[in-house]
Formats: sequence, structure tokens, C-alpha cells
Amino acid sequence: MSARASRREALFGGLCLCCLPARGFAAEPLRLKEVGPGIFVRRGPHEEATPENGDAIANIGFVIGRDGVLVTETGGSLADGQRLRAEIRKRTDKPIRHVVLSHVHPDHCFGAAAFAEDAPNVIGHHALRPALESRGAYYRKRLEEILGPGRAGEVVYPTQSVTGGAEIDLGDRRLRLTAHGTAHTSCDLSMLDTESGLLFPADLLFVNRVPSLDGSLIGWLKEIEALKGLGAGRAVPGHGPAIVDVAPALADLTRYLSALRDETRKAIAADIPIEAAVGTVAQSERERWVLFETYHGRNVTQAYKELEWE
Amino acid sequence: MKNTLLLALGLTLSAAAINGPAGAAGASDGDAERQARWDEIAKSIFGARKIEPTDTLIQIDAPARALDAALVPITLTMPDKGRIKGVHFVIDDNPSPYAAHFRFGPAADPGELRLRVRINNYTNVHAVAELTDGRLVEATKFVKASGGCSAPMGMSDEEAMRGMGDMKMKFAESQPGKPLEATLMIRHPNFSGMQMNQVTRDYTPARYIQTVSVTYGGQTVFDLDGDISIASNPVINFALNPAGKGPITVAATDNQGGRWEHSFTAPSPSN
Repeated sequence: MSARASRREALFGGLCLCCLPARGFAAEPLRLKEVGPGIFVRRGPHEEATPENGDAIANIGFVIGRDGVLVTETGGSLADGQRLRAEIRKRTDKPIRHVVLSHVHPDHCFGAAAFAEDAPNVIGHHALRPALESRGAYYRKRLEEILGPGRAGEVVYPTQSVTGGAEIDLGDRRLRLTAHGTAHTSCDLSMLDTESGLLFPADLLFVNRVPSLDGSLIGWLKEIEALKGLGAGRAVPGHGPAIVDVAPALADLTRYLSALRDETRKAIAADIPIEAAVGTVAQSERERWVLFETYHGRNVTQAYKELEWE
Repeated sequence: MKNTLLLALGLTLSAAAINGPAGAAGASDGDAERQARWDEIAKSIFGARKIEPTDTLIQIDAPARALDAALVPITLTMPDKGRIKGVHFVIDDNPSPYAAHFRFGPAADPGELRLRVRINNYTNVHAVAELTDGRLVEATKFVKASGGCSAPMGMSDEEAMRGMGDMKMKFAESQPGKPLEATLMIRHPNFSGMQMNQVTRDYTPARYIQTVSVTYGGQTVFDLDGDISIASNPVINFALNPAGKGPITVAATDNQGGRWEHSFTAPSPSN
């Protein structure tokens, strides 16, 4: 049943939309983990966006500093962002000064509208604005087809554009932002808590959930080296456990992406067409990742498109 | 996968994964509606000419559900290749359904043809072969995909147009007397006219490869009329008649006056 049909039925039934059982996720409080002093993370499940999960599928959270709060990732829908904001308000009444948009994908971006009343500094990669201008409306339409009209949230644009790097000072802690070259997407921004050495690589790091390639395979492998150079021991990945050891997690990711690169190159060299390559490339990775079946073929398609011009 | 959306990856994948009437225009159409649409399209292309169904003269291989609606690989097989004069490929529910028309010349081996297309809706695709005796025969296949024509490119128009008109040709290992398989790659965004420009937030005007002419030693391999349904950076796999020799030339034009020509050398068969 489509979201549209369920809305119609709801209206015929005289129910208000917000009381629908499918919206139950919005009423439940988030379960947060304090991964460092004043650093809270909600772990997203390894699922695709559904009416039931409200696209609350990414790892999102916030950092409480002396002078205010920084939102590390906003969530996948307006409701997801609202729940995150409610959790912040349970813990502190300090102003929400900064909201980080780690990249263009909806499961990370659409919670931003929930922070409109805080008038925060919205931080994004310099390529995020054009990416949102190009895809925002498209993503919103697609998301509302799943969640129902008005339930995605407005597209929020960054007010602070990061080229190279930037630093955010919360009074007692400084957060260092890095704008990466095209990798997972064209606009990946990572963040390092300089005090604790905790890294927020966002979707530059997938753990357990199969990575999704929407930027450049070669670029991603290069940016993994850049992440290693930041010297962080622990990280909050964009998908996966709330906190992980950086080295083994990056090693797993590198193994997947390297297999994807090497075997796609081999397929191209052997004149194996793209439609056959999707079923043969990097199959050794199949058992190692959740949602492999759903995303891997598409990753091969992306890789093939990128590498066939080498 | 019912009623779910692969938003984490976003873009065209999400479109391909939607499995409900809300997400996929054309998904709920009945057979009669689909037939009526095809009849109308067929009439506009072929007039009153009769088109006979075939299971043998032309076959379509396409994914039942596209992994990427903006890049759907299509293979057309024509085993009785001596009888094939040309092929028309139609994506019934695309905004501009007539995707491609290939006319083969004496230097072609028209046994197999592969191309990559955009698919915007759940749709039937049709391949109509024109036979040497003047008859038309058709094969059809249903493909689930959506949003392939409107999906943003994921880069700026300037980036997408970088190197426009560059070409590559790759050859499979050839054997004497066997058709020589070739892959033609053309750098071109093939803007569909349905993709939004990032800066102006206006639609990027359609700019697509309109014609491709391939010759081998001065003889025609094929002439192609293309359209907005061809995927960006078009890739076409075809085969050359083993009797041919000499340089392979490719001349391509787009609908905005772009014109590019490249020449390639076929490898000599290894004995």
C-alpha cells in the first residue's frame, strides 16, 4: 500500500495523520548512547527508508560544549530531527548553535528543518549547496512518497560553506571540520573532536552496512587515507555501531572498495559487459555486509561507469 | 522491498526500488492501456505498416528491475543476422519513447547490439527489427524502473560536459573469419531536458546525441538516430563484418550543433 493510499484511508476514517500507527516511531524517544563526555549518538538500524522507520536510519547525534550545542547529523526526516532536538533539550538548555550537514543524502539531511527555530549556523561542504539545489527537491518528493505529504521536511541549505577545513569552538572544545574530495558523494564533510580525538567521518565510513557509492570510487579510497591521517582512534560511523575503532573499520571498508575497484577493472579489461559484471564483481564480499543484495549491483554500475574511461 | 526507498544511496537507485503506485507512474496500468499506448507509438513511427511479433528474429535482454534507472543495460540479439536491416528501440512510457533507430550497412555484423538507456517509468520496451524483405517484427519486455530521465547527474553541467565528444573504441580479441566485437564510448552528458540545473534551478536544456555514423574502410557499419533516452556518456556494443578492413570512423552530432569525428584502427585477427 502506498503512502498516498494510506493517507486517503486515514482521512476517510476521520483519523488525523499523526495518530496513524505507522507514525509510531515519531512518538518514541530516541535511544542515545553517550560515546564521550557530552557526546551523544543515536544508532540507526540497517534498513531502507520505510513509513515505519521514518527514514531514521543514519547515526545521528550532538555534542554539548560550554557555550552551546553542535548537532553532528540531523536525521532522515523532520520527525527524526524533532526527536533529536527533544533529546538535546532533555539534557541541556544551552543554545543549539551549529548544525552539521555531513553530505547531501536524505537520511542525513532532512532532520535539519527541525532546528529552524534555533537559527543555527548550518555547516556544509562547499559542494553541498549545489548538490542540494540539484537533488533536494527530487529527494523530498521521493521521501514524501514513502512517509506521506509534508513529512520529509524542508530542504535546509548550509549557511557556512567549508573549503579545505574549518574549526568550530564550543568554548571548552574545538571541532575540526574537513571538506573531502569526491568520495562517497561530491560533498563529504568529516569532523574531529580535537580534545577526545573522536572522529565523525559520516558516510565516509560504513560499518556492517554495505557502503553505497555515489561519488567516486578512486576518490573514496584516497579520502580513506586522508581520514587515517587525522590520527583518530575511535569514530562514530555514518552507519553501524555508535562508536567503533577506526583502524579495523577502515580496513573493512578499504577491502570492500578495493575489491570493487580491482574486480571491476578486470571485468572491463575482459570485455565483461556491465550487466554481467553486476553479478560477478566482488562477490567475496557478499556475506560480510548487510543489504549487500540491495546496493552492491548499483555500486558495481557506478564503479564500471567511472573506471571504463581509464 | 515493498513500499521502501533506498534513500541512503539516493538518486536513481531510490527510484528503481519503489514498488508502489505512489512512486512509479505507469506501475498500475493494465495490459489494455499498455497495448493502446504501444499502438499509438507504433502508428506514429511506422504508420500503417504491420508489425508481427517474433520470438526468434529479435530478442531483448533487459533487467526486470533496473539497478539504476539512469543506466539500464539493454542487449538485442538477432540470431538470423543476414535478414536484419535495422532496429528500432522504443521505451513506451518514457516522455520521448523513440529511443534509438539503428540502420545497418554492409560492414556490420548485426547479430548483437548493446546499449544503455534511461527508463522513467514502469514500462514495456519494444525492439522492432526491420527485415531485408521489408517486414517488421517486434519483441517486447517489461522493465521496472522510475525516474531515469529526470535523475540529476550528481555533478555540475560544466563537469558533465567536460571532454564532450571524446571517444574511445575497444575491441574484443578477434579471430579470423569471426565478427569483430567493438565497444564505442562517447563522452556526452546527453541531457534529457528533465534534469534541474544546480545554479539556476532551471531545467538544463536537452542536449543529446542525435546521430552516430560508423564506417569501416569507407563502408557503413551503422547509422544511429538517438534521443534523450540514451544514458549519459553513451556506450554502444556492436560487431563488425570480418570481411572488412581499413580505418573505422565515427561521426557524431548532437541537437545543438555539436559535431565530432574520430578514427580508430581495428586490430588484425590473431591466428
